[in-house]
Amino acid sequence: MGLTGLEIFKQLPKTNCKDCGQPTCLAFAMALASGKASLDQCPHVSDAAKEALDSASAPPIALVKVGTGEKAIDLGNETVLFRHDKRFEHMTGIAVSVCDTMSADEIAAKVDQINKLVFDRVGQVHSVNLVAVGNGSGDAGKFAEAVKVAAGKTEFPLVLMSEDPAAIEKALEIAAARKPLVCGANAANVEAMTNLAKKFDVPMVVRGADLNELAALVEKVVGMGFKQIVLDSGAREVNRVLADQTQIRRQALKRFRPFGYPTIAFADNEDPVQAVVDAGVYIAKYAAIVVIKSADPADVLPLITLRLNIYTDPQKPIAVEPKVYEIGNVTPDSPVYVTTNFSLTYFCVAGDVETSRVPGYILPVDTDGISVMTGWAAGKFTPEKITEMLQTSGIADKVRHRKVIIPGGVAVLSGKLQELSGWEVLVGPRESAGIASFLKQRWL
Amino acid sequence: MAVTIAKERWTSKVNELVLGAEPNVVKVGGDATLPFLFFEGEMPNRPVVALEVLDMEPEDWPDILKAPFEGVLGDPAAWAKKNVEYGADLVCLRLVSAHPDNKNASPEECAKTAKAVADAVNVPLIIIGCGVEEKDAEIMPAVGEALAGKVALLGCATPNNYKTITAACMVNGHSIVASSPLDINLAKQLNILITEMGLAANRIAIDPLVGALGYGIEYAYSIMERARLGALTGDKMLAMPVICFVGQEAWKAKEAKASNDETPEWGDQTRRAILWEVMTAVTFAQASGAIMVMRHPESCKQFKAHIDKMMEPVKY
Ligand code: B12
Ligand code: SF4
Repeated sequence: MGLTGLEIFKQLPKTNCKDCGQPTCLAFAMALASGKASLDQCPHVSDAAKEALDSASAPPIALVKVGTGEKAIDLGNETVLFRHDKRFEHMTGIAVSVCDTMSADEIAAKVDQINKLVFDRVGQVHSVNLVAVGNGSGDAGKFAEAVKVAAGKTEFPLVLMSEDPAAIEKALEIAAARKPLVCGANAANVEAMTNLAKKFDVPMVVRGADLNELAALVEKVVGMGFKQIVLDSGAREVNRVLADQTQIRRQALKRFRPFGYPTIAFADNEDPVQAVVDAGVYIAKYAAIVVIKSADPADVLPLITLRLNIYTDPQKPIAVEPKVYEIGNVTPDSPVYVTTNFSLTYFCVAGDVETSRVPGYILPVDTDGISVMTGWAAGKFTPEKITEMLQTSGIADKVRHRKVIIPGGVAVLSGKLQELSGWEVLVGPRESAGIASFLKQRWL
Repeated sequence: MAVTIAKERWTSKVNELVLGAEPNVVKVGGDATLPFLFFEGEMPNRPVVALEVLDMEPEDWPDILKAPFEGVLGDPAAWAKKNVEYGADLVCLRLVSAHPDNKNASPEECAKTAKAVADAVNVPLIIIGCGVEEKDAEIMPAVGEALAGKVALLGCATPNNYKTITAACMVNGHSIVASSPLDINLAKQLNILITEMGLAANRIAIDPLVGALGYGIEYAYSIMERARLGALTGDKMLAMPVICFVGQEAWKAKEAKASNDETPEWGDQTRRAILWEVMTAVTFAQASGAIMVMRHPESCKQFKAHIDKMMEPVKY
């Protein structure tokens, strides 16, 4: 990535031996530059050339994995500053912390709470991702105990937060197999900590006192042959974190190598509401992991939602298949709702039909995955399309009645729809949340 | 190891919009950088909060939103005063009673309410119609006249009604909210139409018709980022500060409305709802929103506390 054919050509043997399947080295270089060939197809490149080309073609931000199994998460590999340029790749991992100053019971209870931070949104399950264990006690034994309790209670990957190599070593002896994130190295402990991370083969946070020290420390760690790095600029106040995160992302994209790694940010504002707000800024602005203290769902739901929004692909709205959906134990007398196939829209309606406790059919019309009002304004949610859906989806065989409920926002469609489809059109509430009370007045 | 700080060299900046009459003016915009990146350029004015006043008792507001306004919900002037006590930088009066489905209030009645609110407070005002384009075109000339000299922000102008609203602003010295649904070209077009009538570009605020957290926030976020990049690279028709109607969107969300009994797994409603509104506003501030129109006093307080911190410049 980023290299031109000519730059690549300079590194090749220039013998035109054709072993790569290309007529000349130059042709091979061009194919490489456009991503149509891979370097290992040339058996003759020197190791030095390989290294130069590999690092130049590596993504600007390295991929780092934390954890094992289903709950493992990938960090990094980002390629843009703005989501509209392409998309953000790997969602910010949300870590909730416990501390070894808490009793074993308290830790266990909080981890239980963390495990329950799972929410349904647009038909997908979203949860927090990591449990961070702090070493506030300063005691290596207590830290290891806390890690043991947390590890026994959750399948989430762990973040081991101690800058004392002795404490980290004890913790790794217990939990290394889960590939926790060691957090981590700083100017005072960098050699010892890096050696531990290498020995146990786990990723590690490098913290600098500022950007300059961070870059120097990363070079040192890389020099020791370790690259599973996560960056921490040391900033803890939201204004400073924003500036540092922006610098790190920009420099990584400009291929300043020491900053070519994912980042971690800590939302430890003393004010609990402001801490959530700060975490929101870190999700929008480039943090690969954000560590929060609160396990209150009222705090976590907004963060998870924000993360989902910021990380959706701006080119592709999430859509559901346009077909008949049955909610609950439907009968031939159950109500029929039409909506659009934008996931968010469909799942709002589905959720509210479910809460109404009246089983019902939902027909999401294919609007290319856009919402009701957008679909109407764009001419994609029309009486013609709804009629077609009523006629071809098979709903007519499933119900005895001929009544269809449409969203209140598109009340204007009702006349034409009634005329075209022959179904009686009931105009529902504007917000699907009003479905339950609407049914009480108009259906039952 | 010395890191060379990456600074963009922007060629242009956002217009500065001045609202209110001396000595009680509020300025927004003027940014020569992406939001809060003081190492790169200046951001002379902070994002501000307008708290909303409705000219009719709101029907669909949850109790936790009505509670702070108990006793004033039927009295716009008293409500506006309360908003100022709660720390609002501006008051946003919404003339919902003008809606044909509500009271179909006349332009004169609307003007009277606007005047009463203006007399009750000394912060600058934003006056928004009922959302029916034709009706808003009828009421804004009367409202504009009643508030002559107050340098208010009137809206919302659309391609269908901008002419009368722009004229009302020009004659009486007000500024305008130009609304366009989440589309940078539509926003530009409307700004061009308005400036061609002779209203100065620095008297326009862009309203991109935002969605709330969980309900389309990402579209608005990206449109705002793109508009800001346009402004910084010299596009004069995108160089307007952005106004975000956060409150009306956030308080529609199920996450703000559902009570503790309905969704116990979502935690306490008050905390969740306030965070819904604050988080929506904070996210827009990161994308370049300049005026946040909000509803709950606690949201206003939390947003301002956050902005206090963000406005402490970080330079390298
Ligand atoms: C995000 C958004 C977009 C996104 C599209 C996202 C998407 N995938 O749909 C983008 C940026 C692409 C977009 C584009 C446009 N948009 Co747009 N957009 C919005 C926005 C901000 C939010 C829409 C949304 O996602 N809402 C959330 C979903 C869940 O809402 P919903 O589908 O309506 O569902 C709710 C209700 O309708 C109801 N409901 C749904 N189904 C059912 C069924 C039954 C039976 C019942 C009872 C209830 C019910 O319950 C749901 C939950 O409350 C709104 C403004 C706003 N703040 O609402 C404008 C808005 C919908 N857009 C609008 C317009 C005009 C457009 C464009 C035509 C403008 C343009 N730029 O050219 C384009 C058309 C796009 C195209 N050509 O394909 C207008 C529509 C105006 C109108 N009243 O006609 C709006 C209202 C903005 C405005 N105020 O002007 N838009
Ligand atoms: S195999 Fe290597 S040396 Fe041979 S032609 Fe291809 S690129 Fe050149």
